[in-house]
Amino acid sequence: MPDLIDMRGIDKSFPGVRALRGVNFNLRAGEVHALMGENGAGKSTLMKILSGVYQPDAGQILVDGKPQAIGGPRAAQALGIAIIHQELMLMRDLTVAQNIFIGRERRNIFGVLDEAWLNASAAAIFSQMKVNIDPRARVADLSVAQAQMVEIAKALSYKSRALIMDEPTAALNAKEVAELFAIVARLRAEGVGVVYISHRMDEIRQISDRVTVMRDGALVGTVAAADTPIEKIISMMVGREISDVRPIVPNLAGSPKALEVRNLSRGRAVRDVSFDLQRGEILGFAGLMGAGRTELARLIFGADRSDGGSILVSGAEVKIASPADAVRFGIGYLSEDRKHLGLALGMDVRANISLTAMARFSDRFGRIDEPALGRVAQDYIAQLAIRTPSDAQEVRLLSGGNQQKVVIAKWLLRDCDILIFDEPTRGIDVGAKAEIYTLIQRLAATGKAIIMISSELPEVLRLAHRIAVMCEGRLTGILPAEATQEQIMALATQRETTAGAAA
Amino acid sequence: MSSAEAAETPKSKDFSGAGQKLLAFASLIALIVAFSLLSENFRTVTNMMNILQATSVIGLLAVSATIVIITGGIDLSVGTAMTFTAVTAGMLLTWLHLPIPLGVLGAILMGALTGLVSGAFITKMRIPPFIATLGMMLVLKGLSLILTGTKPIYFNDSPGFTSIAQGSVIGALLPAFPVPNGVVILFVVAAVAAYILNRTVLGRYTYALGSNEEAARLSGVNVDAWKMAIYALAGAVTGVAGVVLAARLNSAQPALGQGYELEAIAAVVIGGTSLAGGRGTILGTLIGALIMSVMTNGLRILSVAPEWQIVATGAIIIGAVYADSLRKK
Repeated sequence: MPDLIDMRGIDKSFPGVRALRGVNFNLRAGEVHALMGENGAGKSTLMKILSGVYQPDAGQILVDGKPQAIGGPRAAQALGIAIIHQELMLMRDLTVAQNIFIGRERRNIFGVLDEAWLNASAAAIFSQMKVNIDPRARVADLSVAQAQMVEIAKALSYKSRALIMDEPTAALNAKEVAELFAIVARLRAEGVGVVYISHRMDEIRQISDRVTVMRDGALVGTVAAADTPIEKIISMMVGREISDVRPIVPNLAGSPKALEVRNLSRGRAVRDVSFDLQRGEILGFAGLMGAGRTELARLIFGADRSDGGSILVSGAEVKIASPADAVRFGIGYLSEDRKHLGLALGMDVRANISLTAMARFSDRFGRIDEPALGRVAQDYIAQLAIRTPSDAQEVRLLSGGNQQKVVIAKWLLRDCDILIFDEPTRGIDVGAKAEIYTLIQRLAATGKAIIMISSELPEVLRLAHRIAVMCEGRLTGILPAEATQEQIMALATQRETTAGAAA
Repeated sequence: MSSAEAAETPKSKDFSGAGQKLLAFASLIALIVAFSLLSENFRTVTNMMNILQATSVIGLLAVSATIVIITGGIDLSVGTAMTFTAVTAGMLLTWLHLPIPLGVLGAILMGALTGLVSGAFITKMRIPPFIATLGMMLVLKGLSLILTGTKPIYFNDSPGFTSIAQGSVIGALLPAFPVPNGVVILFVVAAVAAYILNRTVLGRYTYALGSNEEAARLSGVNVDAWKMAIYALAGAVTGVAGVVLAARLNSAQPALGQGYELEAIAAVVIGGTSLAGGRGTILGTLIGALIMSVMTNGLRILSVAPEWQIVATGAIIIGAVYADSLRKK
């Protein structure tokens, strides 16, 4: 019997990136096939091709042994391929049944909707799944787990034979995960093929039959889940050659503590996180997407409210209720999302650099000392080698690396002693990355305390003096600079249950 | 450093804002030339002064609206807030017999207060600007009618009040240019507003909020406080409009005002300020306001029916923004 789905030699490029290179992937009826890899390995791109969102540049997709062109999401649906996205695609104000049958509503001859049919059909699917959800409930009133069940029901209503689930357990608690797994097991028993994208090692072992690992847009290998140790899978994920450049860790024995975080919490996103940061230190924060690192940074910076915990700056407890407070205490935050959170793109370089330090450059009537601002902007343009025709250039016209330097200049001008870099090189080309690294190291050498959040392990290993690792909102460990990728990945995938057992 | 990145950086500055202003200015000149050719009654000094006089109140309101719109907000209450400040001037001068400067100051402060209240609704109660100022529009309209008992307040006891708008300081010095005071006030206020927007922290934050409010917040800017200050500033300008209107009519007319906000917003849009925020200039707004007055005046002189004048104004708004979007492609 041919495989349900057979993808052969799939290539896909986006401007500037080769996202997939000759990837082979197959899915059998009645199996759960886990797809693993670091952020950016190409898992989502591959699945978007399978579900018709993207078109491959090269390669072939066979469904039941027959070559098929999947021109769009509707074509995928017609072939029985359904995808459940990480962010659920439901209309919150419609009912469960209305969501499941959106676009396929039965109407009577006057064009009036047949709600009874909708609800009955939805109920039939739920009873088949053996879950108990009221078809008339508003989606907004459901839990995340229930909403996920609705997505699955919607997929089944299309008579799907292949179901792609992208990190379905990311927002679920242990009990909900168990319920989800029960349904996945039932679907498998009924002959549905399930592609399961997840970062969680224990889950993979629990429910999958085979595991395919991708790295940097290429296939690393496909193995049987049952007889492959977790260590093997981790090493497949991170097996990239990394340069031997390791940071020279300065002796910080006499260096005062710049920042102490004690039991900081916010809901499930950040749970009871404590750590210290010394002046002159670069503390890397590693973890997978959604581990809570950005959320932690936003708490320290006062952009979000914490549920509990305390923050000490230079040994004194401080109350940080807003970013304005944080800036007053000398904490600067360089957001991962420069364009939306870091820069006023339509304003010029000078205005962006000076945004945080307006008070220093204006008199008591609020009049701005433009010549002084101009001199300072010129200074930083020279000092950080920002490539811009002038300080009057609109920031949106600069390249990513130069935009990042403008953000750095902004915080340097404000004289912050504690700088939080969140994905400092995201969207920046290789040459500019090296420059940013040098800059961060120089800042630490001058006594700044630096937190560097990065999802790129080589980056963390190259810069960080110590490496804090987070998983699911918890700080699962702090490793020395000599840590291996495997050690970091093990902590980054350490779920609460396993952590509890280890403790 | 890769040369690719250096090449990515365009060397030229983008002139989109200046382009729209140039376009608007050219349209204004074209309109004036066209009407002058079509009617000799149009091209008289007296008529030019009429046009300027007709622009003064709407121009002031448009300056107020520009400030708010650059933050990415909107103020629908400028029309009735203007009336409310006119009524305030009437109460202070005619009912309380205060000296004229105090009455004027009171009206402007009342304008600032209405702006501050709108700003507080928007920042502290998280009500969207459209809704907050829609509510304020009706509240202020109602209050004006209640306070006056729906009857106009006349300024007959305050001789000299009308000269605020109708007199001509410039005309006394240069008889050939009898520019009404109301127009002088418009240009002075516009110049001050332009100075504030371009040269002060308040102005810098006005653009920053419209450009990227979250980035401003994460830069440690106290967004709420500054936004309230900006709405209060806009309110003060609305207060000036109220004084000029009252002086021109020699009365505070409580039923007047609604509808002015849309004309003001139209002038702002024609002048190239983006309703999305972050971009816009006072000069553009002045040109926009003048285009609307010239159009209205010229069509009237050509004896075009008033109904068609309204249609023409609507067409100009759509045409102006369409021309801008074409140019950007």
